[in-house]
Amino acid sequence: MYRTSDGEEIFVVDGHTHFWDAAPANQRNVHGKQFIDCFYAYHSALSPEQEVWPKEKFEKYDAETMYNDLFVDGPDDMAIIQPTYLKEFYIDGFNTTEQNAVIAQAHPDRFILNGSFDPREGTAALERIHALKETYDIRGVKLYTAEWRGASRGWRLNDTEAYRCFELCEQLGITNVHVHKGPTITPLAKDAFDCHDVDYAATDFPNLTFIVEHVGLPRLDDFCWIAVQEANVWGGLAVVMPFMHARPRYFAEVMAELLFWVGEDKLTFASDYAIWTPKWLVERFWDFELPDDIRQERGVDLTPEVKKKILGLNAAALYDIDVDAAKAKLWN
Amino acid sequence: MSAREDEVLARLAGVTDPELDEPVTDLGFVEGVTVEEDGAVCVDFRLPTFWCAANFAYMMAEDMRDAVSALPWVTRVVPRLTDHMCAEQVNRGVAAGLAFGAAFGEAGSDDDLADLRATFRRKAFQGRQEALLRALLAQGLAPAALAAMTLAVLERTAAAGEGGAAKKRRYREIRARLGGPAGPEALAFVTPEGGPLDPSVFDDYLRALASVRIAMEFNGALCRGLLEARERAARPSRPEGAAPPPA
Repeated sequence: MYRTSDGEEIFVVDGHTHFWDAAPANQRNVHGKQFIDCFYAYHSALSPEQEVWPKEKFEKYDAETMYNDLFVDGPDDMAIIQPTYLKEFYIDGFNTTEQNAVIAQAHPDRFILNGSFDPREGTAALERIHALKETYDIRGVKLYTAEWRGASRGWRLNDTEAYRCFELCEQLGITNVHVHKGPTITPLAKDAFDCHDVDYAATDFPNLTFIVEHVGLPRLDDFCWIAVQEANVWGGLAVVMPFMHARPRYFAEVMAELLFWVGEDKLTFASDYAIWTPKWLVERFWDFELPDDIRQERGVDLTPEVKKKILGLNAAALYDIDVDAAKAKLWN
Repeated sequence: MSAREDEVLARLAGVTDPELDEPVTDLGFVEGVTVEEDGAVCVDFRLPTFWCAANFAYMMAEDMRDAVSALPWVTRVVPRLTDHMCAEQVNRGVAAGLAFGAAFGEAGSDDDLADLRATFRRKAFQGRQEALLRALLAQGLAPAALAAMTLAVLERTAAAGEGGAAKKRRYREIRARLGGPAGPEALAFVTPEGGPLDPSVFDDYLRALASVRIAMEFNGALCRGLLEARERAARPSRPEGAAPPPA
C-alpha cells in the first residue's frame, strides 16, 4: 500500500518483478557476465544516486531482501513475478519459474507467479505449458522473443509453433501473455525491434491479453498504433517509469502518448525489480504531473484516478484480483 | 594529433548514430584514430553496451569506412569495434566490404541494410523538421505561411529561440538529401514523400511527427544514460570542480 501525503491509501500491483541469480558462479560464459552488466548499467544510469546498489548485491539478492524491497520498505501490495530463462548464459538459468516459485510459494497472497515457454521446442513446449499449469496453476506467461537458442537468434509471436502454444494457453485459461518488446538485450538483426507480430497474434487470439512490456520502446509509435486497433493489447511500464527521474519532461511526453493512444485502462505499473525498486518509483509517480503544454496539446491528464488505475487497479482486473478482499487481507 | 588525424576526425563527425541522429564523435563512440604512413586508417570505436544492435553497429562501421575513404590520401580503412558481442563479424565484414547479411552468415540473406537506412533517414528527417517547425510557429509564423514557404524564403528566415540556428541548419541539410525538387522556389517543408503540407490539418501533422520523435528519443536517452554510467564506472572519481585529468 502506498499512503499519500494526504493520507489516502493506494493499492499497488507491481506488474513486473524478478528473482534472479546472475552471480559469477552461475554465469555460463561471457554472455552471462555481459547480460547482468547491461542490466546494472540500466540500473545505475536511471536510478537516483542514493538508490544505486553495489554490483554484488545486484548480481544476486536473497528472498528476504526482495520481500522487504517490495512489500515492507516498498509500497507493493502484490507483485507479478516474471521468468527469464537465459539458460545459454546461466548454468541454472537467470530467473526461471522454478527459481521464482521459491519466493512466490512462500508468500502466496503477495505474488502472482508466471511461467514461460519457447515455441521452438515444439511438442516439448506444449508439455511444458501443461506442466506449468498443473504445478503452479499459472495465469500468465512472459515471453522473450529475442532469446537465443542454438543457431536461432529469436522467434516471432505469429510463428506456427507459437500459435499452437497460444491455442493451448487459451484452453487452459492462461490468458495473460506478457511479451518483452523493448530495449534489445540479445538482438541480432531487424527482428528484435519489431512489434508487428503482436498485431497478428492479438487479432487471431482475441481471448488472450497481450501485455507489451516496455511498451515496445523504442518502437513506441508502432506499439501505440497496434494498441489502438487491438482491444486486447496492453502496455507494461517497466523501464518507462525510471525516466521520471532521469528525464522528467521526456517521461511526461511518453505518458501523454500512451494515455492518448492506449488509454488509462490498459497500462500497468512495473518496477522491473531488481533493476529498479518500487518505493521511489511509486512515490515520485504519485507526485508527478504532466506539464501544462503537454496536457493541453494531447488533451490527456495524469489525474489521481488515472494513477490509481495504472498503479494497481488495471493489473488487478487482468488477474481477477478482488481488490477489496486483498486490501482486507493485506492491509491488516 | 597530426593533421591527417584531424582530417579523419572531421570526416567522422559527419557520421551519425542512426537512431540518435547525432554524430558518433559527439556521442563519444570514437575512441581513437591511427594513421599509418601508407595511408591506412584504423578507427577504434565502442558502443554504449555489449548488446547494442548488431545491424546499427554495422551501419555505423560502414559509414565510418565510407566517410574516411573519401579522403584522397586514404588507402584503406579498418573500423575496429571493441567490447561488442558481434565485434568480430562487424570488423571483418566491413573491412571486406561484405553486405550485412553476408557478414553474419545468415543463409540466403543479401540484406545490405538499405531498408533500415531508409527508415532511419526518414525518421531523422521528421525529427529535424518537427524541431524547426515548432521553433518557427513559436515565433509567430502561421501554418499556412510555413506550408507555402520556399527554400529561398527559409534561407532568409532566422529561426529564433534556443538552438534555432542549429535547428535550421540540421533541417536544411537533411532537406537537401531528400531528393526531388530542391531549388530556391521548391517548398521548404514537405512530407517525407515530398508532398506539400496541408495547413488545415497542421496540428495532426505535427503531432504525428512528435510521436516519431518521442519513440526515437527513448533509445537516445537510454544510450546516453548508459554511456554516462559506463564513464562513471571506468573513471576514478574526482572531487567536484576539480580539473579533468590531462587527455
